[in-house]
Amino acid sequence: MTRTGETAAQRETPPEPAKQQRAPRRPGDLVFSTAARAAGTLILIILAAVAVFLVIEAWPAIELSPAELSSKVSFVEDGDSLLTYVGPLVFGTILAAVIALVIATPVSIGVALFISHYSPRRVAQVFGYIVDLLAAIPSVVYGLWGALWLMPRVAPFFNWLSSTLGFIPLFEGPVATPARTILTAGIVLAVMILPIITAVTREVFLQTPPLHQEAALALGATRWEMVRLAVFPFARSGIVSATMLGLGRALGETMAVAMVLSPGLTYSIFILQAGQHQNIAANIALKFPEANQIGVNVLIFTGLVLFVITLVVNMFARWIVSRRAEFSGAN
Amino acid sequence: MKRIRYGRIAALVTASALALTACGNDPGGSDAGSGGGSEQESSLSGELNGAGASSQEAAMNAWKSGFGSANPDVTVNYDPVGSGGGRTQFGEGAIDFAGSDAALKDDERAKAKERCGSDAIDLPMYISPIAVVYNLEGVDNLQLSSATVAGIFDRKITKWNDAKIAADNPDAKLPSSNITPVNRSDESGTTQNFTEWLAATSGGAWSYKPSGEWPLKGGQSAQGTSGIIQTVQGGQGTIGYADHSQAGSLGVAKIKVGDQWVEPSAEGAAKVVEESPRVEGVPEHDLSIQLKRDTTTAGAYPVVLVSYLIVCEKYSDKDKGELVKAFMKYIGSADGQKAAADSAGSAPLSEKLQSDVAASVDSIAAG
Repeated sequence: MTRTGETAAQRETPPEPAKQQRAPRRPGDLVFSTAARAAGTLILIILAAVAVFLVIEAWPAIELSPAELSSKVSFVEDGDSLLTYVGPLVFGTILAAVIALVIATPVSIGVALFISHYSPRRVAQVFGYIVDLLAAIPSVVYGLWGALWLMPRVAPFFNWLSSTLGFIPLFEGPVATPARTILTAGIVLAVMILPIITAVTREVFLQTPPLHQEAALALGATRWEMVRLAVFPFARSGIVSATMLGLGRALGETMAVAMVLSPGLTYSIFILQAGQHQNIAANIALKFPEANQIGVNVLIFTGLVLFVITLVVNMFARWIVSRRAEFSGAN
Repeated sequence: MKRIRYGRIAALVTASALALTACGNDPGGSDAGSGGGSEQESSLSGELNGAGASSQEAAMNAWKSGFGSANPDVTVNYDPVGSGGGRTQFGEGAIDFAGSDAALKDDERAKAKERCGSDAIDLPMYISPIAVVYNLEGVDNLQLSSATVAGIFDRKITKWNDAKIAADNPDAKLPSSNITPVNRSDESGTTQNFTEWLAATSGGAWSYKPSGEWPLKGGQSAQGTSGIIQTVQGGQGTIGYADHSQAGSLGVAKIKVGDQWVEPSAEGAAKVVEESPRVEGVPEHDLSIQLKRDTTTAGAYPVVLVSYLIVCEKYSDKDKGELVKAFMKYIGSADGQKAAADSAGSAPLSEKLQSDVAASVDSIAAG
């Protein structure tokens, strides 16, 4: 579960004991190893079961012809097929997550760097706990915060953005009032993924070999130059994988998005306008209560798509982490 | 990090959790007192399971507590999964009664008949006016004709000082700001009834088919009644439609009925239901109503949501039948209607409708 712990463990491979003597097996060993193995297998089984469930439940929707689909499912427009229905949702999901990443990554790196390299030790510890605490807040609370507190406060900023940078299509008006747009959702998501990115990058920063850092300082580098020359190169792939983990969370977020976004199914890039985007998870939450049987199948299909996307993102992150273990800056 | 892996499962779980919060009403209804009236010395016991419209949730809570205090051994469960879900589950025999913002459709009726072994009947039990709510500084007394409302929600009328709005409000000082119409983003009975009214009365200004799913794409929208209220409140120059009991501090537009401007009220809603004809070609005791949206009766308020409880005419399980019958009797009684009015702001059934409902409930056979 804790990827950071794992990578740390991989890094500090303990020296092999000189001679491998086989200890006598005691019942406790047996029980423990069996229990651990069972738990490990269970994870795989659960994952497989979820995948199988999604495919089976989505199948009736996959089978249906587009014409039948739109006539049977109230929220699929005439002329839409399953893929054209899910397309804008995928776009919205990724757009929201990308906005969140663009905002959260620099901030997270800053926070992590402050904790690992700039703040006094005691402050760093307290600060670390506080950031971790952010991760414990339920997403509904973030949603409420976004809808009730954040939204009225970002509105003037959005107006300014649109009036000064409106020539860039991204910021084209009319600005939604209230600001129930993908940008607001992205900001809320950014706050939500901040702790996970910070936690992982902080760990990676702390792993930078002290020798590298001391060498940089000894050569006359300032602290910033030391960070730039020694810490960042060492942590680069760690930062990427932390970002991917954040992305994974942002992709699947439901409540916060459902509460701050006026949904719409388009491929538009106008992030200040209402009713343009929607993410998959929020769409499921929204449509599920009134959906009929085949409607539920369609929603589950969108869930399957999300499952695949997140799986790919996570595997990508894993791959980077493992690559990092091999070519870590330490050698 | 756990979250990432369980995100999708969480989505489904949240979906059901959402259904619970969708109506956002206060649970209320502790004031129903002795409730069941004639059932004072209750010998009833057992469990009743229902599911369906979330619009009825607040009222259902009041009914549950009212009925429960008169019949302490009875447990009533109601799962606000939505009207469509309720009707489907009823047809499958998964629940004993369903709540629905629309009467049974023909194919559902056939399915329900198969399940019940008799006809299934729709009983109108929950009547609630839908208000057109707005948030516009300096305008407290907005009056809108149906065609104007249609134009606004169709995004044809985009400024508050549009000539059509000005014609409806000769005395008001209207600003030149943009109108932001807000619709429901989830499928809902409120949208269904609102668009039915628009289609029936706007004289062609509303060109879409009535539907529980909002027909226009894009624009501001929000989930659930509470979402609408919050969005309208959060913006400037916003306008939306929502259950009248939830309007709170927002401005409520008067609607043109005949030559008069009518504010939403429980009485006005009851009036329009009273004068509406029944749907024809349904079983004898079915009370589905063909709402007379284009009424011109003085004081009637035609933007109204009628929600039904759907039950079998005959339950093969005697105890179950008795339970359903007693519960429906309570809901249709003056006590039950008052409990709903107090906690959910619904309009009590008129006396005529109450006696019709009572007659239908009496026809339910058990065993």
